[in-house]
Amino acid sequence: MKHININFNFMKWHKKAIYVSLILIFISILSIFTKGLNYGVDFNGGTLVEISFKNNAPIEDIRKFLQQNNYDKSSVQFFGSSEDILIRIPNIVSSNESTLSNTLINELSQKYSFNLKRVEYVGAQVGEELRDQGILAALIALALITIYIALRFEYRFSVGAIFALIHDVLLIIGIFSITQIEFNLSVFAAILAVIGYSLNDTIVVYDRIRENFKSSIIENVNTTDLTNQSINQTLSRTLITSFTTLLVLMSLIIFGGEILFGFAFALISGVIIGTYSSIYIASSTLLVMNISAKDVIIEVDDERP
Amino acid sequence: MKILSFKRVLVALILFFSVTYSLPTFFSEVPNWLTSINAKKMNLGLDLKGGVHFLMEVDLDEVVLNRSKKLSSDIRSQFRKEKIRYKNYFNDKTNISIEFQNYSDYKKAEKLITKNYQDTFDITRVNDAKMRLKISEKSLNETRIAAIKQNTTTLRNRVNELGVAEPIVQQSGKTRIVVELPGIKDTTRAKEIIGATATLEFKMVDEDSDPYSAEESNSYSLNSKLYYDDQGQPVLLKRNIILTGENIVDASSGFDRNSRPSVNITLDGPGAKRFANVTDDNIGKLMAVLFIESKSEQKVINGESKRITKKYEKIISIATIQERLSKSFQITGLDSPKQARDLALYLRAGSMAAPMYIVEERTVGPSLGADNIEKGKISVIIGLILVVIFMVYYYRLFGIFANFALILNILFIVSVMSLIPGATLTLPGIAGIVLTVGMAVDANVLIFERIKEEIRNGSTPIASIELGYKKAFSTIADANITTLIASIILFIFGTGPIKGFAVTLTIGVISSMFTAIIVTRIFAELFYEHNLKLKIKKLNI
Repeated sequence: MKHININFNFMKWHKKAIYVSLILIFISILSIFTKGLNYGVDFNGGTLVEISFKNNAPIEDIRKFLQQNNYDKSSVQFFGSSEDILIRIPNIVSSNESTLSNTLINELSQKYSFNLKRVEYVGAQVGEELRDQGILAALIALALITIYIALRFEYRFSVGAIFALIHDVLLIIGIFSITQIEFNLSVFAAILAVIGYSLNDTIVVYDRIRENFKSSIIENVNTTDLTNQSINQTLSRTLITSFTTLLVLMSLIIFGGEILFGFAFALISGVIIGTYSSIYIASSTLLVMNISAKDVIIEVDDERP
Repeated sequence: MKILSFKRVLVALILFFSVTYSLPTFFSEVPNWLTSINAKKMNLGLDLKGGVHFLMEVDLDEVVLNRSKKLSSDIRSQFRKEKIRYKNYFNDKTNISIEFQNYSDYKKAEKLITKNYQDTFDITRVNDAKMRLKISEKSLNETRIAAIKQNTTTLRNRVNELGVAEPIVQQSGKTRIVVELPGIKDTTRAKEIIGATATLEFKMVDEDSDPYSAEESNSYSLNSKLYYDDQGQPVLLKRNIILTGENIVDASSGFDRNSRPSVNITLDGPGAKRFANVTDDNIGKLMAVLFIESKSEQKVINGESKRITKKYEKIISIATIQERLSKSFQITGLDSPKQARDLALYLRAGSMAAPMYIVEERTVGPSLGADNIEKGKISVIIGLILVVIFMVYYYRLFGIFANFALILNILFIVSVMSLIPGATLTLPGIAGIVLTVGMAVDANVLIFERIKEEIRNGSTPIASIELGYKKAFSTIADANITTLIASIILFIFGTGPIKGFAVTLTIGVISSMFTAIIVTRIFAELFYEHNLKLKIKKLNI
C-alpha cells in the first residue's frame, strides 16, 4: 500500500506564506499596470492572418512588403515552424478594417504562393464587448461561488476561498503580463476553469477542516493544529489530483499545437498556484479570521433544529 | 446485496447508451442500424471543420433615417393633395416640425395624420399653428425588426447561392447577424458576396434640360439630379424612381446579341405593371439604369470614430425605349461577365433593407481544421494513457476500476455531445475533454484515499469501501458544484469556441461525478462481494 505519509507543519509558515503571496500579488499588479497585457485580437480588436508556405517563409520580404503597403504597425512572426507565419495588424481608424485581410491576402498572393490557414478579425467595438463580458462573467462566477460556500460552510470559509481565488487569478494574469504571452479568449476561459479547479482543492481541505472541527468539539484541540492535521490528511489527494491534471495538461501543451499553448499554459500555472493557494491562502485566511470549532457547530445546529 | 439492483441496471443502460451513441464518431462509416436510432457523428465546430464565421452589424440608424425621410416626403405629398398649406417644414432625424398658415390648416393636418398614421407618430402641439411630430418608439422598433429580418433573409438567399452545406444565418442580439459557412474554400469570395450591397434603380433621363449647363451652374430642376455616365459625361436623371431592385424576383446573367455581358431580369406583378405603364407612355425616350453600391467607411469626426455609409451611384446604361416592356427584359452595360454574374446573384437574393458591415471574422482554412483535429486527438490519447498508467500504478485494482469509469466518462461526453442538437465540438472543447480526463479521476482519488485512511484506522476491507464512498460523497459534491458554477457561467457568457469548452467541461463534470461515485463502486462491490465469504483481509489498493 502506497501512501504519501507526510506530517508536515504547514501552518508554522502560514504567516510567511501570506507575505510571500502578498509580494507576488504586488509584483503581478505592478506588472499589469506598467507592462500591461499582450492582448490578442479578441480583446484589442485587429486583424490576424496565419499563412503557411511550402518551404521556409520569406519573412523579411513580407515585412518589407507590409511596410511598403502602409501596414506599418503590423507585426510578422514565425508561428510554430519556419514555414508558418503570423501577421498581426492593429485596427486602424478611418480605414475599412474588415476588408483589410482580403486586400492583404490578394496582394500577397500576387507575389507568393501560400496556404491560408486562419484569419481573425475583431472590430474595436466587439473587442471591447468581449472584454466587458469576460470581466462580468468572472465577477458573476465569483459571486455565485461565494454565496454557495457561505451557504454550505460559514461566511469565513467563503472569504478564505475568494481570497485564494483572487490570489490565483491575479498571479496568473501577472505571469501573462510578465511573460507577455498573448492574452486571448481561450486564456480567459482557462482562467475561469482555474477558478473552478482551485476551488475544488480549497473545498476538499475545508471539508476536512469542518469534519475535524465537528469531531473535536469535546476535546478542545488547538485550531492551528487541527487545520494542519486536515491539510496533511488531504495532502495526498491534493498532490495526486494536481499530478494527474498536470499530466494531461503537459500532453495538451506539447501536442495541442500553438493555438492551445496559451490556454494550456494558463491552466498549468493555475493548477500549480491553485494547489499552493488552497493549502496556504485558503486555510491561513481562516486562522487569521480566528475561526474555531464552535463556529462550525453552531452552523450545523441551525441546519438541523 | 442483489446482483440486479436499480443502480446496476442504470449503469448497464448508461454503458450501453454511451458505447452505442459514441460509435459513429469513432468510425468513418456509420452503419444503418445506428442511423436508425438517431446515432450520429459529433458536430464539429468551424475551427475543426474549417470555414468562415462572420458577425455582421446592421446599421439600423441608417434604416431609421431612411424611414423618417420616406415618411416625411409622404406627408408633404399628402399635404399637397389635401391643399394643406404650411410656412415651415423641418425634418430632423425622427422629428418633423411643421408651422402652418393658420389654425384650420393645423386642424386639417392633425386629422389627416391621426387618420393615416395613427401608431406612427406622437403628435405634440406647440401652439395653434405649430406641430411637432415624432416617430413613435413602437413604429421605430417595427422598422428595425423588419430591417434585420429582411437582411437576414437576403443574406440567407445569397449564402444558399454559395452552395455550402449546412450554412447558418441567424440574428444575434438586437442589431447583429451571424453567418457561418462550414467547409468553404474560397473565403475571399464568400466575404465579397456577403458584404456586397449592389442593387439597381431605373430612372428616366431628363431630356428637357441641358446637363452641361446644369453642371456648370450647378442648378437644375428640383425634380432632377445630376449623374455621370461611364464616359464621365454629365446626365440629368429624373428623381422619380420607376423600379428598384425590390421589384425584381429573378435575375440571371448571360450575354446579349453582341456578346456583351448582360443580366436578364424578371419583375414581380406590381413592378411589371408599373414598368409597362411607364415604358408605354415614354416610347422613344431615354431611360437609365443606375448601379448603386453602398459602402461603409470609418471616419474620424470630432475625435470620434464613426461609421458612414456612402452611396456609389453609376449609370451603367442609357437606352431609348423601343417598345412597351413588362415582366422580363435584359440590361447591359456591365464591366465584365463576373460583374453581371454577381449583380444577378444580388438581385435574385433580394435587397438589403440596411447597410451592414463585418465586425468579427474568424476564418479557418481546411488544412488547419484537419490539423487541429489531429492535434486534439493526440493530446486526448496521450493524456489519457498517462493518467491510465498512473492510476493502475498507484491504485492497482482500484486504479483499473477508475480507468473503466474514465473511459466510460469520455464515451458518455461524446455520445451526449452528438445527441444534443446544436452542440459542437471545438478545439477548446477537446481541451475541455482533456481537462476532464485529469479532473475526472479526482473524485476517485478522494474516495480511494478515504478508503486507505479507513484501512489505516483499522476498519475491515468491506467496511472501508463502504465508509470511503460515504465520507467522500459530500466533498465530491461540493467540489464539483463549484466547478459546475464556473463552467455554466462560461457557457452563458462565452461565444463560439469558448462555448465549446464550457459544454464539454459541464458534461464532463456531471458525468465524472456519476461515474466516480456509482460506477467504480459497483465494480468494487462486484469484485469483492463474492469474496466476502473468503473473508478477504486485504484490498488491492
